[in-house]
Amino acid sequence: MTTADYDQASLPDLLPLYYRRLFPFSQYHRWLNYGGVTKNYFQNREFSFTLKDDIYVRYQSFSTQNELEKEMQKMNPYKIDIGAVYSHRPNQHNTVKSGSFQALEKELVFDIDMTDYDDVRSCCSGADICPKCWTLMTIAIRILDRALRDDFGFRHCLWVYSGRRGVHCWVCDEAARKLSVAARSAVAEYLSLVKGGDETVRKVVLSDPIHPFITESLTVVENYFSQYALLGQDILGSKEAVDKVLALLPEDILFLCATFHMIFGVHSVASLLAKHALMKTAFFNQMTAKKGHYFEMEIMLQYCYPRLDVNVSKGVNHLLKSPFSVHPKTGRISVPIDLRELDRFDPFEVPTISLICEELDQPKTEEEQDDNMENENKKEAGERRKMRDYKRTSLAKYVKLFDNFLEEMAHSRKGEVLKNSGECNLNP
Amino acid sequence: MQFYSRRKKLIGNSQTEQLYGHCLQFYGQPPIENISLSEFETFAVDRLKLLKTVENLGVSYVKTSELYTKKLDAEEFLPGLNVRNCETDEYEKRRKDHISHFILRLAYCQTEDLRRWFIQQEIDLFRYRFNDLPSKNIGQFLQYNNLHYHTISIDEKKKLMDKLVTSSFAVSGSTVDGKDFYKVPFQDALDLVRTRKVYLNGGYVYIPHQDIVTIVLNDFRTRLSKALALTARSLPAVQSDERLQPLLNHLSHAYVGQDYSIQKSIGKISLEQIDPLSAKSYPLCMRQLHRGLRDSHHLRHGGRMQYGLFLKGIGLTLDQALQFWRSEFVKGKVDADKFDKAYAYSIRHMFGKEGKRTDYTPYSCMKVILSNPPSQGDQHGCPFRHSDPELLKQKLQSYKVSPSGISQILELVKGMHYQLACQKYFELTHSVRTDSGFSLNHPNQYFMESQKLLGGPGAGVKVEVKREDNPATKPPNPSPHQTPGPGNLPQEVAAEITEDLDSFFQDA
Repeated sequence: MTTADYDQASLPDLLPLYYRRLFPFSQYHRWLNYGGVTKNYFQNREFSFTLKDDIYVRYQSFSTQNELEKEMQKMNPYKIDIGAVYSHRPNQHNTVKSGSFQALEKELVFDIDMTDYDDVRSCCSGADICPKCWTLMTIAIRILDRALRDDFGFRHCLWVYSGRRGVHCWVCDEAARKLSVAARSAVAEYLSLVKGGDETVRKVVLSDPIHPFITESLTVVENYFSQYALLGQDILGSKEAVDKVLALLPEDILFLCATFHMIFGVHSVASLLAKHALMKTAFFNQMTAKKGHYFEMEIMLQYCYPRLDVNVSKGVNHLLKSPFSVHPKTGRISVPIDLRELDRFDPFEVPTISLICEELDQPKTEEEQDDNMENENKKEAGERRKMRDYKRTSLAKYVKLFDNFLEEMAHSRKGEVLKNSGECNLNP
Repeated sequence: MQFYSRRKKLIGNSQTEQLYGHCLQFYGQPPIENISLSEFETFAVDRLKLLKTVENLGVSYVKTSELYTKKLDAEEFLPGLNVRNCETDEYEKRRKDHISHFILRLAYCQTEDLRRWFIQQEIDLFRYRFNDLPSKNIGQFLQYNNLHYHTISIDEKKKLMDKLVTSSFAVSGSTVDGKDFYKVPFQDALDLVRTRKVYLNGGYVYIPHQDIVTIVLNDFRTRLSKALALTARSLPAVQSDERLQPLLNHLSHAYVGQDYSIQKSIGKISLEQIDPLSAKSYPLCMRQLHRGLRDSHHLRHGGRMQYGLFLKGIGLTLDQALQFWRSEFVKGKVDADKFDKAYAYSIRHMFGKEGKRTDYTPYSCMKVILSNPPSQGDQHGCPFRHSDPELLKQKLQSYKVSPSGISQILELVKGMHYQLACQKYFELTHSVRTDSGFSLNHPNQYFMESQKLLGGPGAGVKVEVKREDNPATKPPNPSPHQTPGPGNLPQEVAAEITEDLDSFFQDA
């Protein structure tokens, strides 16, 4: 199925359709309600909407799923952001005594944006992405997901495509939601290795001892490095590119590098690989013999290691784009990413709002006729129809992913309850 | 938090055992029993003395060094409050430790400065005690206080050996073998996580023993900080108790030591001696006040109180004081009549001859530093605390303090150790070392110590001051009106020594 052409001008027509028949409200509410364990958790959550003509409204909150639906169908927001769970209903925050209205909890979030890598990618810049540089996102997700799970012990991390040029991570564990600003900032710092802005040339500096986290992260980077950096990004392919790499090296190595560059000036795959192999043998062995020089690792990390915006992760009240919201510029839906198929994820295959609206108009297949009969008695007509609707579109598999994620969380919650009540949990 | 309650309550033995089950505590629960007012005061004063000692030692020595520990061990108050030994019962000491802490909370919760000081000393004291605990008592302590930091088994250590060694700069293979490692939730060790100085796995960090102290201390600091804020809110109720209010006020403004209200050298100072004395034996604050008075022939109320009481403390009689102030004010805009009407009364008041006849005590350093900060046009206060550092530097330069001495003083000021800065000023202007001598708490003490060194009339009671053997420390030229006594030198010798002194300052 070809991706229908998306035009931002058609949003006013597409959004109502999207919110009426496709947006997975039931799952969405199930997520943010977190099993109803904490009173008013959903009711005290802040949402913000960006409406047509860039009108931005904050402190939206809803008492029930139904209210959320009605409001979204009425306003047809271009963008939806999710904020924190506050001490009071956000839409009543003006009535609360000043100082009492406070952000209490929120998922721990990360935002990886491709523009932060502009200094190390040669294929695109700015808001553009392509399959070659998308690998950076793959690397980022692998490294961060591993760290969040293994090092920090978080189990419920939802990775979402932002819709244009990056990915977001929502860490939904209870412990994560309760983290203080200081804790979030500490986690973000722990995960940061690339530091410095435009004026900094050498953005990764390693020293003894090399922490296990860095070793683990490097293993991931090394898996992708040849294919991504040497081939795809061609970081040794032109004099300019090589100079950029050389700029990261200590002086004594520079001399050696210059020599090899002269020898291998010809641009070809063979020479690239040869260069790499050479770099790996000649200097690098010499260098590892020399204590304190980790430049090989530093170069790889500078070109590939995830760059996250600490400020996004720090604030408890920070607003972040909601999963399943539309990206107005590209029309793409912010869909969850399947980590089991991570290497195959293609941002250009993510359904756009125009595509899925078009898919809605397709005639029903036989399968669906049968499903209809089965589900007749189960739920209200409206909901039935809605459930059927997104299932007929490319959105289906992403909603399923989301369902699985929610199911795991529910399972965990049950496990906690059993554990706390002292009963033995027989599930593996 | 429930503050000190004076309701009667029967405490059974088991309850007290539980309350003081461990020799070291976080002071989470306030004491609930009756004590007499005198015990109340004694406990508080003893602990205050201890904390002041902790403060002094803390600036002079590195807090974890052996020398520091030895010095603190030797402190006389410590045995009374000494709760380091977990083996013996020592119920009384633990009780005293507990109660005295809570009383001082009442006195030190009121202002940011007081709270900060109190927290700092209590933390240092806690660290000193904690470091002294044997390993098993640490485990007990953690458990007792619901700190879920468990040590990891030897097997686990073996398994994690590589990881532990590569995570931490200070950890080697032998450290892992020899020391205990604690498993701590990462939220309790944020600084270590942030800088990646520790091994993190499954949400837990693995911390070697020496770092556990930092974590426990941070915990203590947070708790104490919160508790003090809460105490401050309950304070009005406590202060309305007449028996407690004067005590608490005294504690928070007190230093512990002499209050110099009894002047042993009364009448021994003549008015003509004041000028030279101000240059030689006055602490900087009083020198500033005296200078201000001489220059503008006037001082505002705060300055009159601080300086006036000081003069009383060094031995001026009421008549002398009246004469002194009148002669100066009259040179200014005040005529004799107005002086008698407006200012004489307040001077007599200071000497306890008016109103409720309280014989006011000269202000201690604490009082000068903490209360009544000077504003535009005022000369009172503590120059180390209240003067802009640049101005302070200029002043010290004009008083011929050596550049290295000035930077030492400014360092102390930056660290908010105002009394130590003054002490350093004393050392530099008298060319002695006082670290084995007195600990400065009161302007009149400064004066007395100075006079003792110089063999002057204001010396009063004899107190031991060790001096280094150094030709530059011989007493310089004493005041010309002095009665002959020990330490007086003939003019020529004195002049020679003064020269040496000058060159000493210039070379430094």
